[in-house]
Amino acid sequence: MSGTVVEIIRTEGEESETVARAAYEHPLVVRLCHWVNAISLFVMVGSGLQIFRAFPSFGAKIPQKDLLNWPKSFAIGGWLGGALQWHLTFMWIYLATGVIYLGYQIFSGNYRQVLFTQRDIPGVWPMVKHYFFFGPKPSQREAYNPLQKHAYTTAIGLGVLSVLTGLAIWRPVQFSWLAWLMGGFHWARLWHFLVMWATLGFVFGHLAMVILHGWNNFVSMLTGWKKDPEY
Amino acid sequence: MDPKNAKPGTGEAPSSQPKTVEPKVGAPEGAGAKSGNPKDATSEVVTSKAAASSIVQGGMNERRFAQASRRELLKLAPVLALGVFAIPRFQESLLKKGLGFSDWASERLFRRGHLALIFPDAEVTPFERFPINGYDVDDPGVIFENWSLTVSGAVQKPGDYRLGQIQTLPRVRQNTRHVCVEGWDVIGRFGGARLSDFLNMIGADTSARFLTVACADDYYESLDMATALHPQTLLCYEMYDQPLTRQHGAPLRLNIPTKIGYKQAKYLTDLKVTNVLDKVGYWEDQGYSSFYGL
Repeated sequence: MSGTVVEIIRTEGEESETVARAAYEHPLVVRLCHWVNAISLFVMVGSGLQIFRAFPSFGAKIPQKDLLNWPKSFAIGGWLGGALQWHLTFMWIYLATGVIYLGYQIFSGNYRQVLFTQRDIPGVWPMVKHYFFFGPKPSQREAYNPLQKHAYTTAIGLGVLSVLTGLAIWRPVQFSWLAWLMGGFHWARLWHFLVMWATLGFVFGHLAMVILHGWNNFVSMLTGWKKDPEY
Repeated sequence: MDPKNAKPGTGEAPSSQPKTVEPKVGAPEGAGAKSGNPKDATSEVVTSKAAASSIVQGGMNERRFAQASRRELLKLAPVLALGVFAIPRFQESLLKKGLGFSDWASERLFRRGHLALIFPDAEVTPFERFPINGYDVDDPGVIFENWSLTVSGAVQKPGDYRLGQIQTLPRVRQNTRHVCVEGWDVIGRFGGARLSDFLNMIGADTSARFLTVACADDYYESLDMATALHPQTLLCYEMYDQPLTRQHGAPLRLNIPTKIGYKQAKYLTDLKVTNVLDKVGYWEDQGYSSFYGL
């Protein structure tokens, strides 16, 4: 599952001095989708919050209780119409990367690297102990540990849900069955909002872990190659 | 393709053809630029060949690895294309195109026979809590006695139609959801004549593409013909079984359960069947979606 591991020989003159290892962790399609998705997610959240500003509430208009007054400077689009333009443009990019990514993962078999399955369950607790500083670091034989797999699998699930809840509130008549599945139009709008916050929760956790895991790990999402992997 | 199939020692992405690193491509600029000594390039090729074949199986020279990494990084260049959205000159037209694509897709998603949900009376929002959302004034002061709907365009019987004539058409009453672009919605009870019946009455050319309306408060709107012919699209003169109030668009408004709220114009004065739109609608012309079907 860990991809190709190569040894890198650092040569000085004729002699081979040191050997470093590198693993090819992220195929090009995955890297492209990752960065396009990162940008489109940023736009979708920013414009979504501007759209939310038009009616920062759920349920009936009258009486209306404003849930939160999201500051305009932390939103994209400037006004409702502008934000809708951003949202309705980037949703296609967001959807396209999602479809390409999922299609690639499934047909290449690369999904095994990220998909959390039953056999990852025994590894969850030791990893939790390690993350919270009361357990040794479990040995790792693949690119992602069980908690990472869990996080990535959840994030992919949230991505799918964001599209489905979005469809339900964008076209509540044509996709009335979707809205019905979500408990009706009001609930679909609330789910869409909650899925966004859950996704943001993942993003902040993800960014924190990227910082903690250091440079080589970050570079692997740019070049595909991770130097000195832990397995 | 499985990453395992990547050819060891080449550093190529498994998704591309396994190309070997050609020293004449990579080495001179890479090695020469760093060391300033062309001799290094030659020795590097020799050592890396040796490394690949004999020293360590699957091994790769450090410099070769750096080249392979750089090449992989460059392959991400297409992501930069999204940067055009940050350029003010292109931004507006690109977003308009994106919105246009959404409208195009929505029009394809629209199903003529698919009905919007009809709600039981118990779920209807009380009349007092039905929001009033005018763009300008809540009452443009229509004088009912003088009111008529002026019909023009691709119709056999143009002219002025009085409310009484519209009310001779079969009356439809429906409890449907009214959705505002702002995000709120309300379930109301609407009554009126099917727009399709009225189009039949005026002998409209239903192969025309659009229908436009003008309003007493200078609001204006347009509608695609498919939606105009939808069985739930009403020329609405009643709400909650009572004649329309002034604030809700008396004497005649549109009720279109398959469209967003701003499409459902109030205080209608003119109706035209046409194939060309010189303007789309009050909000659309400021940047909102033209089709906005639900």
